[in-house]
Amino acid sequence: MSLLELDGVKVHFPIKKGVLVDRTVGHVYAVDGVSLKVEAGETYGLVGESGCGKTTLGRSVLRLVDITEGSVVLDGTDLAKLPGEEMRRFRRRLQMVFQDPLGSLNPRQNIESILSEGMIAHGIGKDQEERREKIKAILDKVGLPSNALARYPHEFSGGQRQRIGIARALVLEPDVIICDEPVSALDVSVQAQVINLLEELQQELGLTYLVIAHDLAVVRHISDTIGVMYLGSLVEEAPSDALYAEPKHPYTKALMSAVPVPDPEVEDKRERILLTGDLPSPANPPSGCRFHTRCPWAQAERCATERPQLRDVGGGHRVACHYAEDIASGKLSLNQGEIVSATREGVDDNPETDTPAEDTPAEDAPAKVPAQAEKPAKDAPVAEADKASDADKASEAEKPAKADKPAQAEKPADGDKASEAEKPAKAEKPAEAEKVTKADEAV
Amino acid sequence: MAVATKSEKIQRLAELTAVSETSTGASLWREAFRRLKSSKMAIVGAVIIVAFVLVAVVGPFLAPYSPSAQTWRNEVFPNQGKFVGARDGNWFGLDHLGRDLFSRMLVGARQTLLVGIVATLIGLVAGFLIGIVSGAAATLGGDTGRRVDSVIMRFIDMMLALPSLLLAVSIAAVMGQSLTTVMIAVGVVQVPVFARLLRGSMLAQGNADYVLAAQSLGVRKRRIVLSQILPNSLSPVIVQATLSLATAIIEAAALSYLGLGNPDPAIPEWGVMLAQAQRFFSYAPAMAVYPAVGIIITALGFTLLGEAMREALDPKLRG
Repeated sequence: MSLLELDGVKVHFPIKKGVLVDRTVGHVYAVDGVSLKVEAGETYGLVGESGCGKTTLGRSVLRLVDITEGSVVLDGTDLAKLPGEEMRRFRRRLQMVFQDPLGSLNPRQNIESILSEGMIAHGIGKDQEERREKIKAILDKVGLPSNALARYPHEFSGGQRQRIGIARALVLEPDVIICDEPVSALDVSVQAQVINLLEELQQELGLTYLVIAHDLAVVRHISDTIGVMYLGSLVEEAPSDALYAEPKHPYTKALMSAVPVPDPEVEDKRERILLTGDLPSPANPPSGCRFHTRCPWAQAERCATERPQLRDVGGGHRVACHYAEDIASGKLSLNQGEIVSATREGVDDNPETDTPAEDTPAEDAPAKVPAQAEKPAKDAPVAEADKASDADKASEAEKPAKADKPAQAEKPADGDKASEAEKPAKAEKPAEAEKVTKADEAV
Repeated sequence: MAVATKSEKIQRLAELTAVSETSTGASLWREAFRRLKSSKMAIVGAVIIVAFVLVAVVGPFLAPYSPSAQTWRNEVFPNQGKFVGARDGNWFGLDHLGRDLFSRMLVGARQTLLVGIVATLIGLVAGFLIGIVSGAAATLGGDTGRRVDSVIMRFIDMMLALPSLLLAVSIAAVMGQSLTTVMIAVGVVQVPVFARLLRGSMLAQGNADYVLAAQSLGVRKRRIVLSQILPNSLSPVIVQATLSLATAIIEAAALSYLGLGNPDPAIPEWGVMLAQAQRFFSYAPAMAVYPAVGIIITALGFTLLGEAMREALDPKLRG
């Protein structure tokens, strides 16, 4: 039996209106029927875009939000049905590490006081002296100096604060730690340190993690099993490697295709699945398959009416898609959205075979209006030669579907204009584009 | 530029390490106090307040004459417009009954301070209790708590609608006119201000991650309120209390001026003195100027300190 089992967990927040008497006018279906199992000593990664309910799910496990329906069973005890005081005592076995390291530490308490809080609540340690000894041991474990005790949260760096957050969870010797975006607020270099710390602690103390994140690389690194969430429910669940090697759900495919590859050769051949439209409101989720409004493979009848359940497609790989096999075998073709090259900027070793440079007219800085992409470049003549060289790529820019993908329009060869456009990362591009054109001329 | 040798660098590093190891951490309160000390506004305000409190405490002992003895009764003729101004021995002159104004000012400071402090305390304590109940109910009480909070807040809204003057008049009608009446009236008017302020501040903190963290640790609700939410919600209340001292003194003076204050002529109070001086303002404006300036300077002191505290407690507000 698994250590932590969620079965059909639903968290619905009522939307209330009214001056004197509150009327419930609807619900936000933040989490809408999630079932998953976390094995002891394992790490379960939960990914999904913002607003998909992953944080709410994490909080519902700790009963920080009320569970509308379903059960959360930890080691045989259903937390959803525990009365208040018993739940409070049970929280000792289930701890949480928060996303915002500073915000989750009380600014008016020093570190000793912060770390003592949980122990006092659960009656661990006879007196402060005994508690202090334990806190020192934990601080040492998470790599903080013992002189940190008398200091306050604002006197630490981001990484150190997160270590304090981890130490706070550890002093209670929990079985399960829920990490809600544990590293997303940290620098990349510090992220690595904290992730490694989490892994070391897991090995040393036999901890079980439920890691919530949106960073696919982080999740892949630490998770044994990964669940992908979309609009309040799981769409796919598989062992980490299997999921990354072969995503089966269209949403997972799109998600994975957005991850850049740190290898220029592979990166050039990488293709992106572009989804159309925005994430639907969780207050008014689509009928049938929650993803059918954006799914490139959506089929007319079934997807809009029948809600797919997670089903095993072999090797512990579970997918909530009616047509997962057909999509994998290529039997179904796209009917909305599109697959495009991930690298569109035309910065390449071989400019002649490269994607063209389509210029956004300088007057219209935001690259959002589709018509803009079609306008000829007025004040970026250097790139024009390039543009003409590849007709079929240029035609891509005319598709209205790209309206909201600023990445596709090549930035003008002008630093100012580029910075006005939506993606700041592109600011460095104009210089490169110029280089490329010069190379062209030389040829 | 002198180039530091390797040994010098090592030594410096050792010193820095020693410093960082011995540092005992600065709490936000201590940091705020440090900022407060470096603020000129706070220093000026504090000096005024200290001077005022000193006068209020030791004033009656320093007064050269009795504040109620009509020693120079035969030198002042209010009916004929004949008053005695500042002179040797009576530095502020005499009032309309031939009493020494300087002595009356010194003794009156105590009453004025008393009114300010007691009225503010009434408002603060009652407002604090209501605010904390309401705030705690709204943040951690769930649906029932929100309902309780809603009821309390409607009650507070009703209190806010009550003008202090009307309240003072009605309290005076019940209890008779006295300094207590003034203090209660001014204090009661402050209650909703403090209650709303604390509740709002607690609501803002109630959604903070560290409250959630405390809940997930299994900390009891009462402790979450008292040791997590409350300490972080106090800043605006402290500032408001300081600023209220100034308004309470002015309001008390206004009520005394209207004749709702202490009717006993033996006990001088700045507001009452101001009211008495009004009748003779065209003949002896100095009689009104002394208590008025006294009230203004005192109120200014509390306001300056209050504003400086606001900045010290929340540096983000500094423009």
